[in-house]
Amino acid sequence: MRFSVNGQPTEAEPAPGQCLRTLLREQEHFDVKKGCDSGDCGACGVFVDGTPVHSCVYPAHRMEGREVTTVAGLGTPERLSPVQQRFVDAAGFQCGFCTAGMIVTASSAEVQAADDADLPRLFKGNLCRCTGYRSIDDALHGVTTTHARGGGGIGASVRAPAAERVVTGTEPFTLDFTTTGLTHLAVLGSPHASARIRSLDATEALALPGVHAVLTAADSPDVLFSTGRHENRLEDPDDTRVFDSVLRFLGQRVAAVVADTVRIAEEACRLIRVEYEVLPAVFDPEEARAPGAPLLHGDKDPFEHRIAAPERNVVAQKHGELGDVAAGLAEADVVVSGMWRTGRVAHAQLETHASRGWLDAAGRLVVRTSSQVPYLVRDELARIFSLDRGALRVFTARVGGGFGGKQELLTEDLVTLAVLRTGRPVQYEFTREDEFTIATLRHPKRVSVTLGARRDGTLTAMAVDVLSDTGAYGNHGPGVMFHGTHESVSVYRVPNRRVDAEAVYTNNPPSGAFRGYGLGQVLFAVESAMDDLARELGMDPFELRRRNVVVPGDPVVVTDADEESDLQLSGYGLDQCLDLAEAAVAEGGESAPDGWLAGTGMALSMIATMPPRGHFSEVRLTLERDGSVSLDVGTAEFGNGTSTVHVQLVAEVLGTAPEQVRLRQSDTDAAAYDTGAFGSAGTVVAGKAVHAAALALREAIRAAAKELGSTPRGDANTPLGMSITRRGVDHTLDALVDEQASLPLAAVAAAAPSPLAAVATASGTPRSLAFNVHAFRVAVDPATGEVRILRSVQAADAGTVLNPQQLRGQVEGGTAQALGSALYEEVRTDGEGRVTTRAYRNYHIPQFADVPRTEVLFASTHDELGPLGAKSMSEAPYNPVAPALANAIRDAIGVRPRELPMTRERIWRLVSRRAEGDG
Amino acid sequence: MDLISVRAVRVPRSRGELTFAPGAVPLAGGTWLYSERQDDVTELVDLTGLGWEPWTADPDGGLTVSATCTLAELVRIPARPEWPALSLIPLCVNSLLASFKIWNTATIGGNIALALPAGGLTSLATALDAVAELWTVDSERRIPVADLVLGVRRTAIEHGEVLRALHFPAAALAGRAAFRRIALSPLGRAGTVVIGRRDADDAVTLSLTGGTERPEVLRFAGIPTVAQLAAAIDGIDTWYDDAHGSPDWREAMSRRFAEEIRRELS
Repeated sequence: MRFSVNGQPTEAEPAPGQCLRTLLREQEHFDVKKGCDSGDCGACGVFVDGTPVHSCVYPAHRMEGREVTTVAGLGTPERLSPVQQRFVDAAGFQCGFCTAGMIVTASSAEVQAADDADLPRLFKGNLCRCTGYRSIDDALHGVTTTHARGGGGIGASVRAPAAERVVTGTEPFTLDFTTTGLTHLAVLGSPHASARIRSLDATEALALPGVHAVLTAADSPDVLFSTGRHENRLEDPDDTRVFDSVLRFLGQRVAAVVADTVRIAEEACRLIRVEYEVLPAVFDPEEARAPGAPLLHGDKDPFEHRIAAPERNVVAQKHGELGDVAAGLAEADVVVSGMWRTGRVAHAQLETHASRGWLDAAGRLVVRTSSQVPYLVRDELARIFSLDRGALRVFTARVGGGFGGKQELLTEDLVTLAVLRTGRPVQYEFTREDEFTIATLRHPKRVSVTLGARRDGTLTAMAVDVLSDTGAYGNHGPGVMFHGTHESVSVYRVPNRRVDAEAVYTNNPPSGAFRGYGLGQVLFAVESAMDDLARELGMDPFELRRRNVVVPGDPVVVTDADEESDLQLSGYGLDQCLDLAEAAVAEGGESAPDGWLAGTGMALSMIATMPPRGHFSEVRLTLERDGSVSLDVGTAEFGNGTSTVHVQLVAEVLGTAPEQVRLRQSDTDAAAYDTGAFGSAGTVVAGKAVHAAALALREAIRAAAKELGSTPRGDANTPLGMSITRRGVDHTLDALVDEQASLPLAAVAAAAPSPLAAVATASGTPRSLAFNVHAFRVAVDPATGEVRILRSVQAADAGTVLNPQQLRGQVEGGTAQALGSALYEEVRTDGEGRVTTRAYRNYHIPQFADVPRTEVLFASTHDELGPLGAKSMSEAPYNPVAPALANAIRDAIGVRPRELPMTRERIWRLVSRRAEGDG
Repeated sequence: MDLISVRAVRVPRSRGELTFAPGAVPLAGGTWLYSERQDDVTELVDLTGLGWEPWTADPDGGLTVSATCTLAELVRIPARPEWPALSLIPLCVNSLLASFKIWNTATIGGNIALALPAGGLTSLATALDAVAELWTVDSERRIPVADLVLGVRRTAIEHGEVLRALHFPAAALAGRAAFRRIALSPLGRAGTVVIGRRDADDAVTLSLTGGTERPEVLRFAGIPTVAQLAAAIDGIDTWYDDAHGSPDWREAMSRRFAEEIRRELS
């Protein structure tokens, strides 16, 4: 079959039933992405004979004689199309995985001719999980919000280093490269939520031509581990095997096939004969911890495997009291109490989990993976497979979104096993359905809160009871439980407090790390209860917070007054955030339609700027012979924007253009170490190390210049180079380091006896605290339950704002993701462990049409602990949104929403029942 | 996605080739077939090679739309004064979750034969009393779309039959139409779609889709009273439950819309 792609004649024979997307990728058109493979997300969008289509649902056998144009055919990094340029100018992407399809749609005749009001409809088939769509909307309108290339240090909206490549589809993601002889792995999943494998016969599967191996429990190393990854591996229970003969959730790996194609591997999976012994199962976390419940990990040891109480399915628990809650409640004038629930949520990042492994020329195992934590993956793979760390290289290309979902080891262990077994390159790519069924999900929680306060609003007691469903495995179960009850409680200065929290195993799909790491669920309850308290007291909710929040000088503890903590209220900005949000929500915004109920609500959140107990980064900065700078840093880029910040930090200190800094990142063969891109650590840990390395390199350059007989001007605090004289004019690092003579850095580098380089580290302690306050004004249609957001504001305490546009994007993106979990998103099960929402079409993540503009305001603070005074701001913006929205809805309808998501049907029921009660 | 169990694709050029072995299914646009695993499908019979004219105006004043007419072609059918109810076409096509890019490939026949509650083209066809024409290699029969769609993913189409065309009668196209729709999000998959039509003889037809497991059509000789309408809806017991709405909400929204439409058409 002959057709053309971007003007190039192409000849290819599609397989029967093949779609255009995979045909194009086979021809190395890697700019055509797989987001969903079901026609819902638009990441695979291309033009066929000038007509925009979703190539994943376009039959490939129809391509004869047709012309395909992909995003790479619209422009090149050197010569961007006008639409591509607009996406660069407006920073209209974060991870960039949806961007190719987004730009195809934006370039279509329909969009080019559309008026503003029609954009939400035209973009309903293009999903973005990162941005919240504001920056995309700006791109569609030609708004420039970034600094032009060639300059811009700290405080400037410097463009992402990869911007021009992202918008042309030329920036490679995890699977965007060719490997000769690549084989593919497919997994046979358990049809039962609880079962034991009695027997397994792979004879027929192995006989299928093209099959290289069938891997089963017999091949699994006898090592227990956790898919959840942390700096300290002891934080997660060892309860998981590569293959287990006991199956604890529906879809859990039973066997895997390695074959020449995905098609053959899938077919072979169906030929594996398995006899299962179905075991009792439990799906309700309350039942799971009751006596007599089937035990998921009853065979494990509390100490060796770090499971709090395997005999009652409890993976982690915390029961602690500070002061005397009963006494605190007794002295209260007002007591409020209630129970809240949050749903199971999917990360829904556009790039599914995937990894590809091979043996390099020296026989060393290399794994390229879609991970937030390549170093931790390397370390655990080495442990599971008894390999020397040095015998393993793990790295990531640009990662297509994570949100915590890629702080797991979900594909890499199987790929490692398969490569070691077959000696062949092996790829394992999750489907979108896999993302909903066998990847991790946000912990659903049931949270009870009781608050007592005196008439003047002073809190006297707080009791929080949390039940967290960790699913079949305990990855992140303890961490999410402990973190969830930390900053949500310690943000208030209440003398008597009690926390009871348990994370419980069930036969549901495993939960895992999710943006906010447990805080959002508990804050939904605590901040809702605070709102109830303000109502009971007749007090303004902002004022009630002001009276009770921690301020500098207060201890930041949960229930242990002597809790050893490295948390500091450094560069405190909560007071400003409360003031900013309160003032902003009061002004502007739409008015409520006739017959709708209007309301206002707010909530706050506090979060540590880094994960606890150490987060390490070691970076290396090298002055190259050509005068450019190479930065080796371990942090992965997945839309968090830390690459931009790292480059900005170097450019600022050395006084060069950001474009002169070349990144080698997230590769265990490049930077020495990085714990990983989670806990919002990319700026405050890795960035801090980068800043220190830049300062050290500047000193080394000064010293070298002196050696060369040059007298550097200024002092140690003066940036080198063009920031002194030529910023924004010259794009090279041919910088003046000498007052009298022009001494280019390239000359310094060339003359130095050994390469000029600096290594610096950061250890993630002490930690600071960041704050966010969100406020909404909403209107609710009592007839349908529809919630319309009339005004949305978030004030953020991010310390020094290193890149305003990126920071705004993080807040907007976090808000949009939180609106999804507040209003729409729920991974539903049938009550027996089977997920029933297995595609985007049945799991509604916010579309262009769903996300209102949020006004983003920044407190003016400086955090002594962060690089140049900055705090982290990736997870934080997500947390206050759901309770603020719930409080606004409560204000509007007069009934307290207690369950997320607050769907139209649930709100309608609340309003209807109240009306019945009134009647 | 790649349909991995498919072994062959056939593109018939004539009706005589419209044969279906076990495991063979008709392929129209493909936007749904290629969107999910189809583990039992071994052969695709591509109807788009038959060259069916997308639509034709019938001598009796009606409209015949081929099953393979794409949604993009459908929305471009020019308006005619004698067909005011054609205004429903963009409303029903936009009711789909699918984006405008999908319209370039997806077909009216494919959407109806799929028999999903949220099938916007089923909404259109039942609201306008469309009759489906079914073909085998050597026979044909006609059945109203309201009777063709039996339940969620269930139709009266037999193996070996293909949906050839939809016939929209002139009288229905001449009717005055009213449309209401709601989803759990502004542009989400339909929770319920209620369409009313008042014909020249004042007969009123109300079709409910999206919120019910199968299309429900209520017919009245004239404008019903509030009580008559409510009583007719009382008879519906197929309120659907999925991620796009609970039965109680769907029923309440449908009732509300039906009453709004009753007033609008009065």
